[in-house]
Amino acid sequence: MLTLEPRTGNTHLLQTLTPVLAVAITMLAGAALFASLGKDPVEAIRIIFLDPLLDPYSRSELLVKAAPLALIAIGLSFGFRAGIWNIGAEGQFIIGALTGGATALAFYDISGVWLLPLMAIAGALGGFAWAMIPAILKTRWGANEILVSLMLVYVAELLLSALVSGPLRDPDGFNFPESRQFHDSATLPILLAGTRAHIGILITLGISVAAYVALHRHVFGYHIKLMGSAPRAASFAGVSTTTMTAACLGLSGALAGLAGLFEAAGPVGQLVPSLPAGYGFTAIIVAFLGRLDPLGIVLASLVVALTYIGGETAQFTLQIPAAAISVFQGMLLFFLLAVDVLARFRVKYMRRAQ
Amino acid sequence: MMNRRNLLVAAALALGLTGPVLADGHEPLKVGFIYVGPVGDFGWSYEHDQGRLAVEEHFGDKVETTFLESVPEGPDAERAIRQMAQSGHDLIFTTSFGYMNPTLKVAEQFPDVKFEHATGFKRADNVSTYSGRFYEGRTVLGHIAGKMTESNVIGYIASFPIPEVVRGINSAYLAAKAVNPEVEFKIVWVNTWFDPAKEADAANALIEQGADVIMQHTDSPAAMTIAEEKGIYAFGQASDMKQFGPNARLSSIIDNWAPYYIDRVQAVMDGTWESKDTWDGIAPGMTEIGEFSDKIPADVRAEAQAIADAIAAGEMHSFTGPVNKQDGTPWLAAGETADDGTLLGMNFYVEGIEGTLPN
Repeated sequence: MLTLEPRTGNTHLLQTLTPVLAVAITMLAGAALFASLGKDPVEAIRIIFLDPLLDPYSRSELLVKAAPLALIAIGLSFGFRAGIWNIGAEGQFIIGALTGGATALAFYDISGVWLLPLMAIAGALGGFAWAMIPAILKTRWGANEILVSLMLVYVAELLLSALVSGPLRDPDGFNFPESRQFHDSATLPILLAGTRAHIGILITLGISVAAYVALHRHVFGYHIKLMGSAPRAASFAGVSTTTMTAACLGLSGALAGLAGLFEAAGPVGQLVPSLPAGYGFTAIIVAFLGRLDPLGIVLASLVVALTYIGGETAQFTLQIPAAAISVFQGMLLFFLLAVDVLARFRVKYMRRAQ
Repeated sequence: MMNRRNLLVAAALALGLTGPVLADGHEPLKVGFIYVGPVGDFGWSYEHDQGRLAVEEHFGDKVETTFLESVPEGPDAERAIRQMAQSGHDLIFTTSFGYMNPTLKVAEQFPDVKFEHATGFKRADNVSTYSGRFYEGRTVLGHIAGKMTESNVIGYIASFPIPEVVRGINSAYLAAKAVNPEVEFKIVWVNTWFDPAKEADAANALIEQGADVIMQHTDSPAAMTIAEEKGIYAFGQASDMKQFGPNARLSSIIDNWAPYYIDRVQAVMDGTWESKDTWDGIAPGMTEIGEFSDKIPADVRAEAQAIADAIAAGEMHSFTGPVNKQDGTPWLAAGETADDGTLLGMNFYVEGIEGTLPN
C-alpha cells in the first residue's frame, strides 16, 4: 500500500524549486504529447517557449496577457494565504469592466484627463462591491465563500450580456450586443507605438511591489500569514476574522475589478459579451505557480502568458489542435500540484498488515 | 515599415514558415482562417474548414492555407488575427461576428493584407464582409416543422439575441404558422455558439415542455443526438449532421462557403479583389438545404422543395406581409416584403411568438 509521509528537515529550497521543476516536466510531457500527434516535439516546445520571446510584438503581447493575470493573482494570493478562497475573481473582473466601462460611456461626449482615473476608481469599486457579497454572507451567516463567489461569476456574465444588449448597447450597432467603442480619452495610453502594451502594465508592476511590501514588511501581511498558519493564535493576537475576511475578499475584488477595467479600456476598447476571457480562473493557477508571493506571481504570469501566446503560434505554424494546447496548459497545473505534494511528502510503500 | 516587413519575411523564410517557391517564381498565396469553435464542431466552424479544404483542392500548390481554431471572441482575437497578418498571409477570413472590431483594428495596421469578415457590418478598404441568407433556409425548415409537429410545440435553441438569430426565429415561425395555425414556438437562449452540454440541456428542457421538433441556431450536433435518443425530430444546422441523427434529422441548412472562398482567393490572385459586402442565399448556393428525410411525407417534401425553388428564383420572400410585430403594430402591409436594412438590424419578434426577446 502506498502512503505519504511528511518529509523532515529543510524543504524550503525544494519548495522554491517545485514550480521550475513543474515547468520542466510539463515541457517533457508536452513534447511527448506533440510527438504522439506526429508533430516535431522540439520544434513545438521551441515555438511555445522561445519564439514569443524573440519577436518584439510577441513580447509586448506577453505583457498584455500577463498583466491582468498578475493583477488578479496578487489580490487572490492574500486571501489564499489566510485561508479565504475567492474563486469568483472572474465575476469581479466583469463587474469592474462594467462599472468602469459604464463610466466611460456615461461621459461619451466629454473628454478629459480625469476620465481614466475616474474609470479606474469605478472599476475597482465595482469589483470590491461584488466581492463584498460573499464577504458579508460569510461573516454574517457563515455562507461558504467558494460557492458564493463562484456562482456570482455566472450572474456577472449574464449581467454584462444583458446590459450590452440593452441600456449600454451601441445605438448605431444594428442591435448587436456590444457597447460603443470608447473614445480616446477613455482608452488607456499605449506604452509602445504599434503594440497593445498599455499603461495598466506599469500600474500592475507598481501594485506588485506595493503588495510585496505589504506582505513581507507590513503588519497586514503578518496578520494574513498568521491567520493562515495558526488561526487560533491569530484570534488571540487580536486579529479579527471578520475584518480579515472582508479585507482579503475586498482587496482581491478591487484588483480583479481594476484588471477588468484595464482590459475593457485597453486591448478591447468597448464592452462586449465576450470580454471575460477566463483571466479570473487562470489567475488561480498563476497565484499557486507563483507561490502566493507577489514577485513569484509576476514571473508565473509571464510563464502562463507564454504558453498562451506560444500555443497560438504553434497552432497555426504546426497546426497543432487547440485542444492539445489546452491539455498542455492543464498539464502545467497538474504537475505543479503533483510535484508540490512530492516535495512535501515522501511516498512510502507499506506492506498491508496481515 | 518596409524594412520591418522584409525582415519578417526573411525571418519567416529562415524558420521555414513559408512554403516552397513555385516554378514560375511566385510564392503560393497564403490564406488564413480564424474559427470560433474547433474544426471538429460538425457545425459552423466545420463548414468554414470545409471551405478552406475546397480552396486547397481547387488551387493545389498555388495556395497555402492555415487556420486557428477555438479563438475566443474577446481580447485574444486581435492578437490571433495579427499573428496571421504578420506571418505573411495575403488573405485572412475571420469567421465569427465577434471578430469584427479586432479585424478592423488589425486591417488598419496591415493595409497590404486583405481581410474577409463573416457576418459583420463594418468594412474598410481592405476588409470585406460576407454572410449567408440563412433565414431563407429557415422558411423551408419552418414549413416542414409546422407540418411534422404533432404536439404543435416546436423547440428552438437560440444562441445570442443578435439580428441574424432573431431573423431565423421569425422566418421559421412565419413559415410554420402559415401551414399550422396551432403551432407554438418555445425558445431557449443559451448565450453561447458552441457548448454541447448546454445545448443538450436546452434540448432536454424543450422536450420536457412538449416540443417534438427541435430547431437550433447553435453550432454543435448535441441537440440532434438528444432528438435521436428521444425519438423526436430535429434539423441539421450549419452542417448536415445526418450521422448524429439518422432517424431524427428531417433536413438541414448547410452553409456552403466553398464557392465564395474560391472566388475571393481567385480575385486576390488576379489582383481584382476589392472590398464589398456579400449576402447570398439559396440561389447562389451559399445557403443550401440538406436532403429531405424519408420521414417527411412526399407531398410535404414537394412543397418544401417548391418553396426553396421559389425563393431561389426570387418569386418568394421569407418576409412577405401582412406581418405584424409581436406587440401588434403593423410591420409589413399585405404583399410588402422586408427590406435588407430592417432585416440586418432585426430586434423584434413577429406577432404570435411568445416571450420577450432578451434585451
